[in-house]
Amino acid sequence: MLSIKDLTVNVGDKQILKGLNLEVKAGEVHAIMGPNGAGKSTLSHVLSGKAGYTITGGSIIYAGKELTELEPEMRAREGVFLAFQYPIEIPGVSNIYLLKAALNSIRKHKGQAEIDAMDFLIWVKEKIRLLDMDEKFLYRAVNEGFSGGEKKRNEILQMAVMEPKLCILDETDSGLDIDALKIVAHGVNSLRSENRAFVMITHYQRLLDYIKPDFVHVLADGKIVKSGTEELALELEEKGYNWLNEQAAV
Amino acid sequence: METKLVSYYSDSYSEHAALLSGQSVLWLQALRHAALETFAATGFPTLREEEWKYTNVTAIEKHRFKPVANSEAINAELLKTYLLDDMWNLVFVDGKFSAEHSQLDGLNNEVEFHNLAYVLATQPEKLEPYLAQAVSNDEHNFVAFNTAWFNDGLFLNIPAHQVLTKPIQILHLTVSPDCLATSRNIFVAGKNSEAQIIETFVGENAYLNTVVNEVFLAENANLTIHKLQSESKQAYHFGGTYVKQQPHARFQHHNFSFGALLARTDLHVDLETAAECSLNGLYLGVKRQHIDTHTRINHNKPHGISREFYKGILDNRARGVFQGRIVVAKDAQQTDSDMHNRNLLLSANAEVDTKPQLEIYADDVKCAHGVTVGQLEEKSIFYLQSRGINIATARNILTFAFANEMVEMVSIPTLKKLLATKLLNLLPV
Repeated sequence: MLSIKDLTVNVGDKQILKGLNLEVKAGEVHAIMGPNGAGKSTLSHVLSGKAGYTITGGSIIYAGKELTELEPEMRAREGVFLAFQYPIEIPGVSNIYLLKAALNSIRKHKGQAEIDAMDFLIWVKEKIRLLDMDEKFLYRAVNEGFSGGEKKRNEILQMAVMEPKLCILDETDSGLDIDALKIVAHGVNSLRSENRAFVMITHYQRLLDYIKPDFVHVLADGKIVKSGTEELALELEEKGYNWLNEQAAV
Repeated sequence: METKLVSYYSDSYSEHAALLSGQSVLWLQALRHAALETFAATGFPTLREEEWKYTNVTAIEKHRFKPVANSEAINAELLKTYLLDDMWNLVFVDGKFSAEHSQLDGLNNEVEFHNLAYVLATQPEKLEPYLAQAVSNDEHNFVAFNTAWFNDGLFLNIPAHQVLTKPIQILHLTVSPDCLATSRNIFVAGKNSEAQIIETFVGENAYLNTVVNEVFLAENANLTIHKLQSESKQAYHFGGTYVKQQPHARFQHHNFSFGALLARTDLHVDLETAAECSLNGLYLGVKRQHIDTHTRINHNKPHGISREFYKGILDNRARGVFQGRIVVAKDAQQTDSDMHNRNLLLSANAEVDTKPQLEIYADDVKCAHGVTVGQLEEKSIFYLQSRGINIATARNILTFAFANEMVEMVSIPTLKKLLATKLLNLLPV
């Protein structure tokens, strides 16, 4: 589904990603861990098409297409979803409006008719129960005045409504207490399917207690320096990241 | 001394004067004569005047606007779009009352409700206590011009304790090319009375529309005026509203300015003891529109409350001007005043000049003000894009949300719907 080869990315004159390789197949869950400044968020931003990054080499092939040639909205319509580390507050735009506009943008892209208002309401209420959110969140402005946990749940709600193929979770666990983490993990787990892949970017191992990854990768100094299974995450938790930095420097 | 011609509009006055209303009313003739003299001395305001330094109106002199005796064509489409249901409607075409298009059924007979030309022809003495009392010709020459040239308007006198059950809409439709439409409205709200007014300005072709409203609120009266201005992109508009509030009177103003080629709104409020006013507005300019709003709140006596919130959106090469002046007199202790102006510039060539001015002569007051000028946030646009929404739509959604906050403050459903539709036409999402 996703094949990243020798990806190099600059922010201004500074090289952040230095030849990153990653293969993700449908149905898989990959966790990408690494110290601050390793390039984790850069990877998620580059995948979603955020401005401010210059791709200097390599390729990102998603579903047979060069992803970097698509505008951010086209990536979303093609099934790439980014759950933001810091979800944006949008005063004056209601959650339900955004959810409906998002869903319709995908339906239109697929050549389907816009969803009927009543059908949409039934559909979205089903999804909101999955995230244990009150229906009143539908009518509030997007993320405005939401707590950290509510914002993260709202990201997963958007994901549930848009039904993407490739879900990128950027530090979705940061700022969550254990109860909120369980709810978010439940939402994510219920969306796991053989047609859908997840790339979870995280700093901590604890997320992986609730969302079991198939693969764990360590990103350090702009590239994947080690790949393994769940045990790698536990090893990292125990030893910290310093030994990796030493390895990378060799 | 030799008189120098400064304006076509004073030079040509005598040609048209005989057509104006109130010919036999001596005190009015004296008032008009004085106003014309004031205007003729210097003509329209110039950039040299402090209150006009951002708004250049010299282009008006390049036209030869004149009153239209018979308006033949009416734009039925405009009328249909802007004439609101479930209210009393008064339609003025090219500045003259049109009984044919107005709808006044079921209005309480105790409410005096006539077009100005009719009152001047039948009972002119009713206007004498009010005309030129809320604003004088010295204010600036658009007011003097209006006093000299006005031909019609509305005289609304609500007796004490009367509550109008439906809003009154005054629709100014200007359609004849090169029309000079000049109207004067007098609104009087008696003690404890309550009413809502919507003034709507629409039109086509090049014209000059000037309107002056003089508003008198007795003790504890409560009046709301909505102004919706969305005129021809070739037109010039001046609209001034001057409000005198007696103790405990409440006044709300909602000003939606989608402009003309050049549009200027003046809004002055005088507050006596414990009177309250709230002034809300949105100006939205595109292409080469110029939209200027000048507000002035005079806290003359203690315990007054004023709230002012204006938003501006300027795209392309449009220019917005906002001046909010608040004067707290020495006597006006315990004044509570709050003014904010937020602007959104959608293009590098758009411009806004915003100038809050506080003059405080009392020592025990609460006055806050704030101004912002900004652009749409890139991170918000990207967030919407990441949810499948294209960039143009994302920008419009965010702009609509910024503007819609002002629409949400309107309590009349039909007007709210019209405003939202208007915004959606300008910002398709």
